Amino acid sequence: MLRTLSVLVENEPAVLSRVSGLFSGRGFNIESLNVAPTLDKNISLMTIVTDGEEQIVEQIIKQLRKLITVIKVVDMNEVNCVEREMVLLKVNAVEDYRAEILRIVDIFRCKVVDVSPAELCLEATGDKDKIDALINLLQRFGIKEIARTGAVAMRRGLQTER
Amino acid sequence: MKLNGAQILLESLKQEEVDTIFGFPGGSVIGLYHELSNYSFNHYLVRHEQGAVHGADGYARATGKAGVVFVTSGPGATNTVTGLATAFMDSVPLVVFSGQVPTQLIGNDAFQEVDIVGISRPCTKHNYLVKEIKDLAKVVKEAFYIARSGRPGPVLVDLPKDVMAAEYEFSYPKKVHIRSYNPNYEPNTKQVRKAVDLISKAEKPLIFAGGGVITGGAHEELTWLARELQIPVTASMMGLGGFPGNDPLWLGMLGMHGTYAANMAVNSTDLMISVGVRFDDRATGKLETFAPEAKLIHVDIDPTSIRKNVNVDIPIVSDCRRALQALRNELTPILQNENLADNYASWRERVKGWSEENPLTYKPSETSIKPQQVVEKLYELTQGEAIVTTEVGQNQMWAAQHFLYHKPRSWISSGGLGTMGYGFPAAIGAQIAYPDKLVIDIAGDGSIQMNIQELATAVCYGLPVKIIILNNTYLGMVRQWQDLFYDKNYCATCMDQSPDFVKLAQAYGAEGYFLDKPGDIDEVLTKAINSKNTVIVEVAVEKEENVYPMVPAGAGLNQMLLV
Repeated sequence: MLRTLSVLVENEPAVLSRVSGLFSGRGFNIESLNVAPTLDKNISLMTIVTDGEEQIVEQIIKQLRKLITVIKVVDMNEVNCVEREMVLLKVNAVEDYRAEILRIVDIFRCKVVDVSPAELCLEATGDKDKIDALINLLQRFGIKEIARTGAVAMRRGLQTER
Repeated sequence: MKLNGAQILLESLKQEEVDTIFGFPGGSVIGLYHELSNYSFNHYLVRHEQGAVHGADGYARATGKAGVVFVTSGPGATNTVTGLATAFMDSVPLVVFSGQVPTQLIGNDAFQEVDIVGISRPCTKHNYLVKEIKDLAKVVKEAFYIARSGRPGPVLVDLPKDVMAAEYEFSYPKKVHIRSYNPNYEPNTKQVRKAVDLISKAEKPLIFAGGGVITGGAHEELTWLARELQIPVTASMMGLGGFPGNDPLWLGMLGMHGTYAANMAVNSTDLMISVGVRFDDRATGKLETFAPEAKLIHVDIDPTSIRKNVNVDIPIVSDCRRALQALRNELTPILQNENLADNYASWRERVKGWSEENPLTYKPSETSIKPQQVVEKLYELTQGEAIVTTEVGQNQMWAAQHFLYHKPRSWISSGGLGTMGYGFPAAIGAQIAYPDKLVIDIAGDGSIQMNIQELATAVCYGLPVKIIILNNTYLGMVRQWQDLFYDKNYCATCMDQSPDFVKLAQAYGAEGYFLDKPGDIDEVLTKAINSKNTVIVEVAVEKEENVYPMVPAGAGLNQMLLV
């Protein structure tokens, strides 16, 4: 089962290699890994999507917490969260298909970010299932290039007023 | 006052109450060594950097203090890797300072440049590259704090040459605060109560002690628990010395070369009280059949140790000593009303039966010396009043089985990594820590040759380490596996071209003795033990003696091969 972990780390040079090295050294999977600084420039947020049995994920979380430069680990599957990733796609868009592709763009609420005579460059955000569905639909036109960010996630706000 | 980086480092070491350093100089650390001559540290110049790290490791295991190492960049740094990995696996506090090329050359493939921070990342608890002189004192403070606290471990600090030469105002931080590192020492009271509840309901409890009992200084509390409740005790190899080896409740070590009684007890216990262990495969055998009838209490300071290999009923993340103290506090009032020890009486009888049925044994010979016999004789002559280090292999297992360890830190051996060549430099470190104690390295002819160069170090500093080489002319443990599981195909395990160890000892300025007659063991070992010098005793032992009992790799602990 895929699990999304939000990992707050000290923003220092070797921190990515400490985290990625932990995964490779212990044979844990990384489905995707996303990292960028937070509002506090000294702290970065890593969003790691991993795959494994319950006991493995427990061990991954503990091992991450054991790293000296890791400040906090949240298992996003344990909390109510919003999860999104972004994808850029360059699709074959010759005259015959162009209208159909644009309909799909509309339905999926994507953006066209670049146009050329034979190609469209699309930007889409959504959860993994939505992105997978979009890619699936566009594949028959021919996807020339793809760049996915991997997921980022955030805990939802409380639904009741305090 | 402004000091240069080298002076700041040395002043910081003084603040950390370091007095002993193991090291080997080189281009990147000449400046550091230049300043070192103005300080009163006891610096031990080794003959190979691996010897420095194992030496510091032996010193640390013997004393509980952090071991300190200086090495140069490049090969000096890479030579520390085996030592770091050894210390990391066995939770030994070390701080290794490695020289590095000047910061402006880093990444340029400069002479003697290596990315030691990258290389050592998976075999250190943490590591640092100090890029700016202003960070140096703080990094040293953090390095010692991380090495010593929580589950201890080695920390490496990489020091570029220009940083060591730069000047800065020295002020040593009084406190250290790392927001992302806060080890938990206190046991959770609820968990402790649940553990007590299980103990009071158990019929066949067993205590399983590990290295955490030694590291955490929990031996007295553990001994109280065992004796007060009359619970039999076994230990992993790392836990030897955590409970007196001459106590009637002591079953001997468990695991691959554990005693019959210990392994059968594991197989039948209904409550395993495991303290400071990590359920290593050499201790558990096949996990599916490990302690099949038992509920498990697991105390360890490292949360990753818990539920890594085995499922646990009552996990207690805590310092071992404090957890056992909490157990004692909860148990004391119960014991006033109920003598729990009585509940386990028939269990103790059963365990005793196993001990009598199949004690540790070997077949003595009139013509050749049995290795077990040598270890037994060493015990008899010393009554356990010695620090024993070992190499790795058969020598290590016989030393673990046939010598009884009564005190913590009297047994020093590479458990997790199984590093051949560890024992002799570790013995040097232990001897430096305790000049007046008897320090014995029980070695094999294979592993002693992996760091034999340290004879020069031992002789140079007048360290009276006793090296007992059980010479069977084989890489014995591998040969034993070939014998039992690989059709006796002794490929690459025969070492009949070893040097004359007596002459070798003499060449280095040590004493050397050769022993091949069973009748001479007493006399020669006595002479060696009483010597004030570094001594090698080469013992020609029975060549194809195997270590028993043995649980084949991947088998359950109840599937032992006996003699």
